[in-house]
Amino acid sequence: MVPIQWYLWLSVIVFSIGVFGFLSRRNIIVIFMSIELMLNGVNISLVAFSHYLQDMRGQILVFFVIAVAAAEAAIGLAIIISLFRNKATAHVDDIDEMKG
Amino acid sequence: MSKYLLIPVLPLLAFFINIILGRRYLKDNAQWVSIAAVLGSFVIAVSSLFDVISGSRFYGDIYTWVVAGNFRASVGFNIDELTSIMLIVVTTISSLVHIYSVGYMHGDKGYYRFFSYLSLFTFSMLMLVMSNNFLQLYFGWEAVGLCSYLLIGFWYEKRSASDAGKKAFIVNRVGDFGFALGVFMIYLTFGSLDYRTVFNSLSMHLNDPLVHMNLGITAVDVNLFTLIALLLFCGAVGKSAQIPLHVWLPDAMEGPTPVSALIHAATMVTAGVFMVARCSPIFNLSPFAMNVVAVVGAVTAIFAASIGLVQNDIKRVIAYSTISQLGYMFLAEGVGAYSAGIFHLYTHAFFKALLFLGAGSVMHAMEGELNIQKMGGLRKYMPWTYWTFLLASLSISGIPGFAGFFSKDEILWQAYSSGGPGRLVWIIGSITAFMTALYSFRVFFMAFHGEFRGTHEQEHHLHESPKVMTIPLAILATGAVVAGWVGIPSLLGGGNQIAGYLGHVLGHPKGEGTGMQEMMVMGFSTALGILGIGLSYIMYGRRSELPQKIAAAFKPLYTLFYNKYYVDELYSYTVVKPTLWIGKNILGKVTDGTIIEGVVNGVPGLIGWFSARFRRIQTGLVQEYAAVMAIGILIIMVVLIVW
Repeated sequence: MVPIQWYLWLSVIVFSIGVFGFLSRRNIIVIFMSIELMLNGVNISLVAFSHYLQDMRGQILVFFVIAVAAAEAAIGLAIIISLFRNKATAHVDDIDEMKG
Repeated sequence: MSKYLLIPVLPLLAFFINIILGRRYLKDNAQWVSIAAVLGSFVIAVSSLFDVISGSRFYGDIYTWVVAGNFRASVGFNIDELTSIMLIVVTTISSLVHIYSVGYMHGDKGYYRFFSYLSLFTFSMLMLVMSNNFLQLYFGWEAVGLCSYLLIGFWYEKRSASDAGKKAFIVNRVGDFGFALGVFMIYLTFGSLDYRTVFNSLSMHLNDPLVHMNLGITAVDVNLFTLIALLLFCGAVGKSAQIPLHVWLPDAMEGPTPVSALIHAATMVTAGVFMVARCSPIFNLSPFAMNVVAVVGAVTAIFAASIGLVQNDIKRVIAYSTISQLGYMFLAEGVGAYSAGIFHLYTHAFFKALLFLGAGSVMHAMEGELNIQKMGGLRKYMPWTYWTFLLASLSISGIPGFAGFFSKDEILWQAYSSGGPGRLVWIIGSITAFMTALYSFRVFFMAFHGEFRGTHEQEHHLHESPKVMTIPLAILATGAVVAGWVGIPSLLGGGNQIAGYLGHVLGHPKGEGTGMQEMMVMGFSTALGILGIGLSYIMYGRRSELPQKIAAAFKPLYTLFYNKYYVDELYSYTVVKPTLWIGKNILGKVTDGTIIEGVVNGVPGLIGWFSARFRRIQTGLVQEYAAVMAIGILIIMVVLIVW
């Protein structure tokens, strides 16, 4: 049987790649994908613990996360498209309207 | 009880009705409400006078105003001999002034406002005289001050009027400050503000070491009673326009003339005299304070009379005569003859109101002209005003038979018979009586006799005032003649009922003297009065060159009198100008300009400075925010793990 640590390492790696991508990439679509990656990293650990503790609640939570992620993807993409229509760019450094 | 409650409440209601509905609905009918209310008060005042005469007095609280710990203040009434006389004076004069104002203020755009203020004024004075405790007295005291401000500055568009209103209010504040301290002292000493409680516990406090403590302020033994009496007297000095706080009263002439009559005769300046009489148990315990009262009164009497001799403004002459007559009243109270002071207050109310309303009638005919040099010969144009004015002048000059004679004679006799310093006070009073006759008839002869000296238009405009003005004059003239008959001294076959009546509250003066001496005093003052009138006739009645010659011969004295002893100038240089300088340069520039402006502008400035630096953090770049967040989470994690 695969020890739980392995799953957790995988989860950490996937989540860290997501964080790294979110912080380092400038393309808004890639950043968006990185967010999905972070969510899935968390999902992995949730499922792993759910199995390890023989408790279904973790997996139920994962379904919620997937559902929310889907909704977020829909809204997020809509925002990105309207942003692109307004500014004709997908580069986040060009989007600094909130600058103080 | 509810009957007495109505006395002040009626004018108060009239005030509210007029001030709320006057502008929109009542307009030129505003007088009906006020007159009905004050007449109602008058009727009840008369009935309460009969109550008191028949022996039923009232003393009690109506409403509990403030309860805080041991402190208790209530609204209550004290209907006794003194109050009943004051009620008659206030409501009679006030009613007549109300009626007279219908004619005088006709067509003024503030008509409803005028009547509502008159009602408020009457209410305030009634609360003052009916009070049974010091707090309510103080309430009335301040309320009449407020009303005098409102009414003196009634024509507020006129700069001089609004200035005079402010002057009256501010000068009164000086006295009121002392008065308030006096009330505090009374509460601290006696633990109560109720008249009866305070006056009854006076004797208990006689052996209190606190009372005999020498405060060491001066060489004089200033004990506690002296201090309280002097502080209270401070208030009286302000309100009753005695030296050195008399300056507001002549300027108060800027108000409409009926207001002058009301202020001078009934509702304001008499408050000080009344208060000293009401607090006579306290004053009686302090011979020093009594002497101060007598001396201030006597000095004011002669001082104001000397100014009155040379003024040309008809209303100002009468104003100085008020100050002088108030001096008489304090003089009487200072020698312990409280009932004589109140008697003079009562007779004075009639002839002084009459003089003012007569002057108002003259002004009405002269299109607002006040200078007596420009009048003359008005006798044939305005017979009613002429005859009533004559009666008032005879009364104030102390001609036997008229009201002023009995009260003035009573005062002079009491001063004489009290002995010691009383003799000096009596001499000053007698000289003042001579001057009073002189200046009163100076105005009378210059205004009503001789040739008309005004412009042609004015002469053309001359007319007798309407009935609504002359009838109050006639009623007051009756009062100016007969009001004194209640105080005919026993020497002249009278019973001096008023002294006996007031004696229940105010006590009887201790002075002694023979009938011979009394006759001498009476004859002396009468002779002086007649002499004054005669001199006045020679100087002004026959239009000789004498006044100019005398003025030239005593040039410095004349200038001094004419400029009112330069008191206004003195105050201007010692008080007003320094205060304005401090206000402008220290409070205006330093306090306001530097400190307050500095704080007010400094706080937002500081915040602006910080935010200019903090705003740099807000780059608007999502990834930077996320990076900061990630770093923050990392730090928290490290902290949690390491700890």
